[in-house]
Amino acid sequence: MTDPDIPPRALAEAVVTPEALAGLEPVRSVRTPIRLVYDFVPSAAAQAYLRAYAEKRILGHRSPVDGAVFVPPRGVDPRHGTAIDETVDLADTGHVGNFCVTHLPIPGRDDLEVPYVSAWIHLDGADIGFLGLVAGCATEEVRIGMRVRAVWKPDEQLGPTAENVLYWEPSGEPDVPVGRAGNRAWRGRTDG
Amino acid sequence: MAESELLRADLVVEYPFTRSTGPVVGAFLTGLREGILLGIQRRDGTVLVPPTEYDPVTSEPLTEMVEVGQAGVVETWTWVDPPRPQSPWEVPHALAMIRLDGADTAMLHGVLVDSPTEMTTGMRVRAVWADQRVGHIADLDGFRPEAS
Repeated sequence: MTDPDIPPRALAEAVVTPEALAGLEPVRSVRTPIRLVYDFVPSAAAQAYLRAYAEKRILGHRSPVDGAVFVPPRGVDPRHGTAIDETVDLADTGHVGNFCVTHLPIPGRDDLEVPYVSAWIHLDGADIGFLGLVAGCATEEVRIGMRVRAVWKPDEQLGPTAENVLYWEPSGEPDVPVGRAGNRAWRGRTDG
Repeated sequence: MAESELLRADLVVEYPFTRSTGPVVGAFLTGLREGILLGIQRRDGTVLVPPTEYDPVTSEPLTEMVEVGQAGVVETWTWVDPPRPQSPWEVPHALAMIRLDGADTAMLHGVLVDSPTEMTTGMRVRAVWADQRVGHIADLDGFRPEAS
């Protein structure tokens, strides 16, 4: 009936449909939206983090295993499954660990004007990145190792949400060398 | 921390996917739009409904699409009450595996009856079509017991 080695394109041409469909415009796509509705209650660690964030403080958690600092705090060191109870205050300055320039608008994010830059911001004192937008300079100027500082919302607009930092802007300080920029926590802190 | 002091928020995660259907599923959906049900024939002559591009046992490409009946047999079923918020149906109904006349496999769809007492394994049901059809599985409103 059929050759098992027919490539996909040839298969499309080989499909035989009943006479009833002859000459009709075929269906080529189908919408399959997925929608998940949550009543979101942050964890204990995130509750404390969000309350501090509303006061322009950024909290991290320090691992009892090797001192690595995670932000936002999750109450555990995910590498070891170890509970963390040591909270540290982090600076609102850091550097770009890596980044992405987006040129296509995202459905549901009409507030983001393209092109925009999303980046993992490596806060001073933290060992993993913290997701944010980079602005205040041309897109093509954004680079790995670039030093940045937070641009906070006006005080009266601050709240216990993830949206208190409008974006991260260049601070003008010398870059972190590329070889030392970005995510170092996963390699451990002892190898420098 | 007291329950009333906890932060909480509504959170909706939404993906507006559009999938390409390919020649076989596309033809199946075209059939739904036109009010007919299509399967695909295997080398041994048996018919898969819904159709697949490849034979699930031998993996060979399948190309011969055939029309099957608009009525069939309930092979197995479960009662859904109440329907989930995103269910295609707003009222309690059966979800059933239905083997259409001329088909050798069963297809999942709703059986629109008022009570599970109206459901039996092996009962015959017939397709109920939506008035407005676009090429989607919801072009079938569901199935109802065939008048005996």
